[in-house]
Amino acid sequence: MLSYLLRKLLLSIPVLFGVTVIVFAIAHAMPGDAVLAMITAEAPSSEALIAMRRGELGLDQPVYIQYLNWIGQILHGNLGRSFVNGRSVGDIIVERLPMTLELMGVALLVAFVVGTTLGVISALKQYKLTDYSLTLAGFVGVSIPDFFMGLLLVYVFALELRWLPSSGISTAGEGFSLLDNLRHLILPAAALSLFRAAIFMRYARAGMLEVLNQSYMRTAKAKGLKPRTITLRHGLRNALIPLVTVFGLALPTLFGGSVVIETIFQWPGIGLMFIDSVVNRDSPVIMGYVLITAIIVMLANLATDLAYSVLDPRVSYG
Amino acid sequence: MSADIAAADRTAKGTGQQAVLSLQGLSVEFGPVGNSVYAVNDVSFELAEGESLAIVGESGSGKSVTVQTLMGLIRKPPGRVTSGRALFRGRDLLAMPDSELRQIRGRDIAMIFQDPMSSLNPVLTIGLQLTEALREHQGLGEAEAERQALDMLALVGIANAPQRMRAFPHQFSGGQLQRIGIAMALVCKPSILIADEPTTALDVTIQAQIVELVVRLQKQLGMAIIWISHDLSLVAGFVDRVAVMYAGSIVETAPVDDLFSATRHPYTIGLLNSIPSLTDGNTRLVPIRGAPPNVTLAPTFCAFAPRCDYAEARCREAKPRLEAVGAGHAAACWRWREVKEVGRVGAAAAQRHAVAAPRQEPLLTVSELKVHFPIRRGVLRRQVGAVHAVDGVSFEVLRGETLALVGESGCGKSTTGRAVLGLERPSAGSIVFEGRDYAGATGGDLTRRRRDMQMVFQNPFGSLNPRMTVGRIIGEGLRAQKIGTRASRDIRVSELLALVGLREALRNRYPFELSGGQRQRVGIARALAANPKFIIADEPISALDVSIQAQIVNLLDDLKARLGLTYLFVGHDLSMIRYLSDRVAVMYLGRIVEIGTTQAVFGAPLHPYTRALLSAIPVPDPKAGGTRRRIVLGGTVPDPSRPPPGCHFHPRCPLATDICTRVDPQARDFGSAVTGQHLAACHHAGQATP
Repeated sequence: MLSYLLRKLLLSIPVLFGVTVIVFAIAHAMPGDAVLAMITAEAPSSEALIAMRRGELGLDQPVYIQYLNWIGQILHGNLGRSFVNGRSVGDIIVERLPMTLELMGVALLVAFVVGTTLGVISALKQYKLTDYSLTLAGFVGVSIPDFFMGLLLVYVFALELRWLPSSGISTAGEGFSLLDNLRHLILPAAALSLFRAAIFMRYARAGMLEVLNQSYMRTAKAKGLKPRTITLRHGLRNALIPLVTVFGLALPTLFGGSVVIETIFQWPGIGLMFIDSVVNRDSPVIMGYVLITAIIVMLANLATDLAYSVLDPRVSYG
Repeated sequence: MSADIAAADRTAKGTGQQAVLSLQGLSVEFGPVGNSVYAVNDVSFELAEGESLAIVGESGSGKSVTVQTLMGLIRKPPGRVTSGRALFRGRDLLAMPDSELRQIRGRDIAMIFQDPMSSLNPVLTIGLQLTEALREHQGLGEAEAERQALDMLALVGIANAPQRMRAFPHQFSGGQLQRIGIAMALVCKPSILIADEPTTALDVTIQAQIVELVVRLQKQLGMAIIWISHDLSLVAGFVDRVAVMYAGSIVETAPVDDLFSATRHPYTIGLLNSIPSLTDGNTRLVPIRGAPPNVTLAPTFCAFAPRCDYAEARCREAKPRLEAVGAGHAAACWRWREVKEVGRVGAAAAQRHAVAAPRQEPLLTVSELKVHFPIRRGVLRRQVGAVHAVDGVSFEVLRGETLALVGESGCGKSTTGRAVLGLERPSAGSIVFEGRDYAGATGGDLTRRRRDMQMVFQNPFGSLNPRMTVGRIIGEGLRAQKIGTRASRDIRVSELLALVGLREALRNRYPFELSGGQRQRVGIARALAANPKFIIADEPISALDVSIQAQIVNLLDDLKARLGLTYLFVGHDLSMIRYLSDRVAVMYLGRIVEIGTTQAVFGAPLHPYTRALLSAIPVPDPKAGGTRRRIVLGGTVPDPSRPPPGCHFHPRCPLATDICTRVDPQARDFGSAVTGQHLAACHHAGQATP
């Protein structure tokens, strides 16, 4: 197990290196740069000023030097400084990451619990009205994109019913309170989780249906166990195993989804930060964001592999 | 009718015994009304306390559905019980709500299943799986349930029970798992044990262990047994009574001796004729002609009529009911009186046609063949060991003969066959075919070899591409070898279809539309397409029903004579192998332990493993049970990545002495001019088994 972990971590080094090359190339290929973005945002400036600002930021050097400088910094644990406000990229991300993790974590948890439960119910009631209704709801769920779901929720619950706030993480002018924070969390988390819940439901239903046909389920029934024990103890554990893969695959798409959702709900996480930095051509922040998400996704994939060996005793890594 | 049979049953069992289970007129259908599959039709039987009843039938005969219905294990829908009662100590199992039936399931009636690998939950410890029924039915605490489970594990012969309670199913061998499955069924001391083909997935020596175990436990615990099987020979040895099922109905039921000595139903006779005898070798097998029954037709006629030699107009118009033909003996046949007179003459009538004596020239010579699969571990994936699947095997296959490779699962027989064809890469050794060494050949050499050498695979369900028509499957090899033109290949496919006894109309069908026997015929036609000289048949009949097995074996036999083929037959069914092979090589843990002519190996086996293997073969004769000495091997086949030192067989060998643990025995020839070459690799070859 330990040697498996070690090997995986070693293998992730070249992958991360590849990520830095791609990220840098994309950031560099973006039309315009931080200085031009600032100029259009602020006051018109002379050519000389532009050149000076570029010199300050190191943008006048050849691309490979810029890249090597950046890589050098990263190897020292330094993600660089924002072109816009000069703050350390690392600090900005550390400050904003918890909000995003809160949003994503809650969304993923809700999606998993709700999706799996409904999927299992759907499988147990196969070809009954419940099953058909849930399958239809699931179909609708996977068909509605995150951003549209977000707008829909805002319209219904914030604008029409006025039950929940439509943006931010807390009510302006009031001190931070957990309850207030959670009220703000409901809509963005729901927008982010509904699509994923529908996916979990589909896989949970398929997984459970397959498990129901296994002969160990028949053995369990032949022992005279209660239906609930059969479903939960013997069925669910086995049905969850393929869901681990779905769980692992959902994580990268959540980062993408959170960029959109944080923008709609003005949720001050790294997604919103990313959009702002793209607008400002703030390449150190853009690159920092992509690098951090890449690392998180890779760690999550590793965790997925390990989850297999916990859930399924037949799996052992050596 | 039920009353009639019940009466017959009572006379057979004497008066003192009370029926613990009485099944009366059970009918089960699947699917929507009007488009039903008639799975079980009007089945009745009685089971006395402590009695053992075998229900024997082929796949689709309704034997499993019958017992699963009793246990409430069939899914409704699509299943429907359309009539019948199942009285367990006077209470109708079919009428009670599931919550009540649940109290009986597992406590009073318990069940063991066919495949122990899949019938235990892979993610739960066996301790939990053993104790949960006790806790459910007897409300025991964890400690007490665990104590009783441990007792039961010891009773079924699992060593180190306390440690093994925390192990998971994949950490056990198939035989051990079936023991655990039995322990799991018996923890609550049920009065009826239903065994649904519990040994079908196991090797023959393990099968012998399990049968012995169940019979012993039956005596110890005084329970009744219903043993479901497709194998008449197997149950002949230990049950009291047999019921033979066909197309959802019991066609014959009798005390075990009567069933074999005074067989009345043509189907039972057909089944017995399909089994090769271990004593007389030259009578040709008499298969039951035709295909398995169509159970989508309402059971208003004798379902066996289309395949029956005795069928007449009446049989196609009305369904015969079971009627008493002797004490405790009933048969469902309009003409049982006439059948009785004809008896089993069919078997003697047809002589197996004489095959030209094989010329003594090797077509294939395999020497010191090794196939090792590396085991890699660690950060750098270093090789830390190897699975010694085939570990130094040498043999010759003479032109025109059939050599059989036999052994239990994991002995390397299939890997050997695959290596000969080039499907596995040999780690060492040579494979000389017609004078050329092909070991390690690739590309064009391999393609050329495959023109002369083809394989018939075990599973006719999995080995044919489901998206290709029969015609394309058969012709694909010709296309791959670039033989002939499109038109000539078309003609060749027609020839091949005729050769294997398939109708031309099947050419455009897909595999799923065919029966198992038809599919295997397609598999054989495919192998023959390019006119090979040599066929490797890897367990070609083991996935088929008994009556179909005989058809395929006869077909292989005929083709060999007509086309002058040479066979390497890989198998584990020793009675079939005795029937169709000229020479036999017995494998154990990657090595050949004995090789010689079929007569020599079966008549005077030299290696203790061969003897144990032969003694484990079930014989279709209930009277043989007492006189035949069985050598039941202890333990299981060791891990092929760490074979024992010295002789691989020594840990299980009844003859093993000190030398066996140290020195690997070389093959020695014990043959004579009469018997031909007869090699055995054993220090004590030929010594009497204690």
